[in-house]
Amino acid sequence: MSTDDKQKKVAAPIATDNWQGAVSDWGADKQVFNMPWGKLMMWLFLLSDTFVFSVFLIGYMNVRMSSMDSWPLTSEVFALTIAGYHIPLVLIAIMTFILITSSGTMAMAVNFAYRGDSRKTVLFMTATALLGASFLGMQAFEWAKLIIEEGVRPWGNPMGSAQFGATFFMITGFHGLHVTAGVIFLLVIARRVASGHYEGKGYHIVEITGLYWHFVDLVWVFIFALFYLW
Amino acid sequence: MNYTAIVDQPDESHHPTSFMAKYIWSQDHKVIAIQYSITALFVGLVALALSAMMRLQLGFPDSFSFIDPSSYLQFVTMHGMIMVIYLLTALLLGGFGNYLIPLMVGARDMVFPYLNMLSYWTYLLSVIVLLASFFVPGGPTGAGWTLYPPQTILPGTPGNDGGIILMLVSLAIFIVAFTMGGLNYVTTILQARARGMTLMRMPLTIWGIFTATILGLLAFPALLVSAIMMMLDKLVGTSFFMPAILSLGEPLNYTGGSPVLFQHLFWFFGHPEVYIVALPAFGMVSDVIATHARKNIFGYRMMVWAIVAIGGLSFVVWAHHMYVSGMNPYFGFFFATTTLIIAIPTALKVYNWSLTLWRGNIHMTVPMMFAIGFIFTFTHGGLTGLFLGNVVVDLPLSDTYFVVAHFHMVMGVSPIMVLFAAIYHWFPKVTGRFLHTGLGKFHFWMTFVGTYSIYLPMHYLGFLGVPRRYFAMGPTEFIPESAQSLNASITISALIVGVVQLIFLFNIIWSTFKGKKSGPNPWNATTLEWQTEYTPPRHGNWGGKIPVVYRWAYDYSVPGVKADFIPQNVSPQEVEMMDDKGGA
Repeated sequence: MSTDDKQKKVAAPIATDNWQGAVSDWGADKQVFNMPWGKLMMWLFLLSDTFVFSVFLIGYMNVRMSSMDSWPLTSEVFALTIAGYHIPLVLIAIMTFILITSSGTMAMAVNFAYRGDSRKTVLFMTATALLGASFLGMQAFEWAKLIIEEGVRPWGNPMGSAQFGATFFMITGFHGLHVTAGVIFLLVIARRVASGHYEGKGYHIVEITGLYWHFVDLVWVFIFALFYLW
Repeated sequence: MNYTAIVDQPDESHHPTSFMAKYIWSQDHKVIAIQYSITALFVGLVALALSAMMRLQLGFPDSFSFIDPSSYLQFVTMHGMIMVIYLLTALLLGGFGNYLIPLMVGARDMVFPYLNMLSYWTYLLSVIVLLASFFVPGGPTGAGWTLYPPQTILPGTPGNDGGIILMLVSLAIFIVAFTMGGLNYVTTILQARARGMTLMRMPLTIWGIFTATILGLLAFPALLVSAIMMMLDKLVGTSFFMPAILSLGEPLNYTGGSPVLFQHLFWFFGHPEVYIVALPAFGMVSDVIATHARKNIFGYRMMVWAIVAIGGLSFVVWAHHMYVSGMNPYFGFFFATTTLIIAIPTALKVYNWSLTLWRGNIHMTVPMMFAIGFIFTFTHGGLTGLFLGNVVVDLPLSDTYFVVAHFHMVMGVSPIMVLFAAIYHWFPKVTGRFLHTGLGKFHFWMTFVGTYSIYLPMHYLGFLGVPRRYFAMGPTEFIPESAQSLNASITISALIVGVVQLIFLFNIIWSTFKGKKSGPNPWNATTLEWQTEYTPPRHGNWGGKIPVVYRWAYDYSVPGVKADFIPQNVSPQEVEMMDDKGGA
C-alpha cells in the first residue's frame, strides 16, 4: 500500500500562527534534531548523568548542613607548602586549570576533525587525553596526601565532620571514574581516527567524544565551586 | 541533511544466520523484546509466588511452619521490588517498548542495536544478582521495598548482610541496563521515524513509552546515587543516611547522617517510577480501546499533552509519600497541592477513554475486556489516591491496608490489566497466532473479579487501622475479630487469582504453537506494526521499502470510506480504491 512517490503530499497541514503550529513544525520531520543519532544519544546520556551528579552534590550539601560537627576548612585542608610558601588550594587550582585547558585542546581536535585533518585531530585528542591523565595523577596525589598525611577516612577525620571524608572520596572518586573513562574513550577514538576508520563516515564521533569531555570538565567546575570553595 | 543510520540501510545489509546470532546474541529489537518479556514474566512469577506466601500467613496465621516473621518481611520486600522494577518497568519498556517503538514509528530497528542487546544482558545480570540474594546466608533483604535506613542495614533486619548488598548491586546494574535501553528508545523515537510520521501522528503507545523513558532517565539517577551511598554506609562505614544510633544497647560508629535524605532521594525516584509504569500503560490502552471500539481516540492532542503534563508533574510530588516522615510540615501543603493537580490530566484521560467508547462500535474481544477492566480499576485506584494526597486524610491512613489497596489498584492491577490487554492484542503480531479466546475470557473475568475481591476489602481493613507489613496482628483490641475472616477471604481470592495466571501462561505456550492463525492484521488496526510484509515481522521489519505515513493513527470509521479503518501508510489516492476489507 505504501509508495515512495516523492510527489505525494505526506506532511501534516501546518498552522504557523500559534502554539499548535510551533509544535507541529517542531515535530514535522523524520528527525526532531538536525544531528546524527549518536550525538543526540550522547546529549541524552549527559542529561541523565547531570541528574546523577546533581543528586551527589545535593546529597553532599544536605549532609554538610545537617552535620552536627564543624566542617573542615577546605582552604587549609587542601593547602600545600611549596618552597616555604603556604598556598591554599594550589593543587586544586592547577588541576582545574589543566582540566579547562584540556577542554580547549578538545575543541581544537573537533575543529580539525571537521576540516578533515586527521593528523592534527589525533594530535589534539592525544594532548587532551594526556592532560586528563595528568589531572588523574594529581588527584591520586591529593588522595594519597589526604589519606596518609591528614588521616582523612571515609568514616571520619581528625579535622571535623565525618561527612567531609565521605562526600570527598565519593564525589571526587565518581568524577575521577568519569575522567578515566573519558581518557580511555579519547584514546580509543584517536586510534581509530589515526587508522582512517572514519574516512568517508564523517568525524561526528570526535565531536561526540568532545561533548562527553566538556561535560566532565563542567561537572568539575561545580565540584570545585561547591566542595572546595564553599 | 541525512545521516546514515541503521534505519536507512538497505534491508539485506546484515541478516544473522546462525541460531546463536539470531536468537541469543541478537541485536534485533523484536528478539530482544521477547527476551526481556520472558525474563520479566519469569521473575514476575517468583514475585507472585511470594505474594501467595504472604497471603497464606495473613489469612491463616501460624498454620505454616515455613513462614516465620523474618521470611515474611523478606517476601514483602522482594515481592514489591520485583513487581515494580524487575517486572513492570522491564516488561513495559524493555518488552513492549523494544517491540513496538521501531515497528510503530516505521524504523528498521533501534538506532543502536548493539547497545540494545547489551541492555538486555545487563538486565538479565541484575535479575540473576537479585535472585542470588535468596541463596546467601541470611537470605534476601527484609527492609521493605523502600529500603529505608537506618533499619535496612542494621542488625535485626532480615538479610542485612549479604541480602541488602546484593539488592543494591542489582538495582545499580538494572539502572545501567535501563539507561542503555532508554537512550535507544528516546533517540529512535526522536530521530528515526518514517517519512510522514510526525510527532503528532504517533500512536499514543509511543507517546506513553517516550515520556516514561525520559522520566526513567531522569529519575533512576536518584536511586543509583542513593544505592551507592547506602552501599558505602553499609560496607565502608560512612554516615550519609545513618545518624548516631544505638544497636542492642551498643553505640555504633555512625554519626550525623540524615535518614530523611534517603527518603527524599528514594521518592524522587519512586514517584516518577509510578508513572514510568503508568504512562506506557495509558498509551497502550488508548490504542487498544480505539482499535476495538472502531473509533478515533477522543481528544488525541489533549491525550498527548496529558501524558507530557503528568510526566512533568510527577517530579514535583514525591514528598506526598513522606507526610509522616518528620519533614517540615509546610512541605505537606506544597506537595498536597501538586499531587491533587495531577488528578486533572489523569481524569482528562479517563474521560477521553470513556468518550472514545461512547457510541463506538465496541468489539468485546479479550484485549478490549481487559482495557475496559483497566478503566474501572484505574478509576478506583485513582480516587483513593485523592484521599491519600491530602495530608490530614493521609496521616491516619498511613501504613495501613488502605495504602496497600490504593497502590495495588492504581499501579499494580491497572498496569497489569493493560499488560494483559496488550499481550492479547499484540500476540498475533509477535507469533502470527491468536491467544485462545475462551481461555482469555475466563482469564479476564477471574482476574477482574478476583482482584476486586482482593483489594476492595483491603480498604475496609485500612479504615479499621490494620497496619501493613505486619507478620501477625498481636494484641490489637481496636481491630475486630471479623477482620481475620476478611483476611482469610482475601487470601482465598488471591490464591485463585494466582492459579488463574498459570492458565494464562499455559494459553501463551499452547497458542504459540497451536493457536488459530491470525493473518497480518487481525484487528483491522491502523498503526504501522500491522502493515508489515511478513507476520511475525522479519529482521529489518519492512522488507525492501520503509513505509510512508500519510495520516494519524486513529482513522477508524472515517465517513465516506468503505472500510472502517485506514492504515497510516495509505495515501489519499489509495483510500478511494479501498474495499470494505481495507485492501486495495
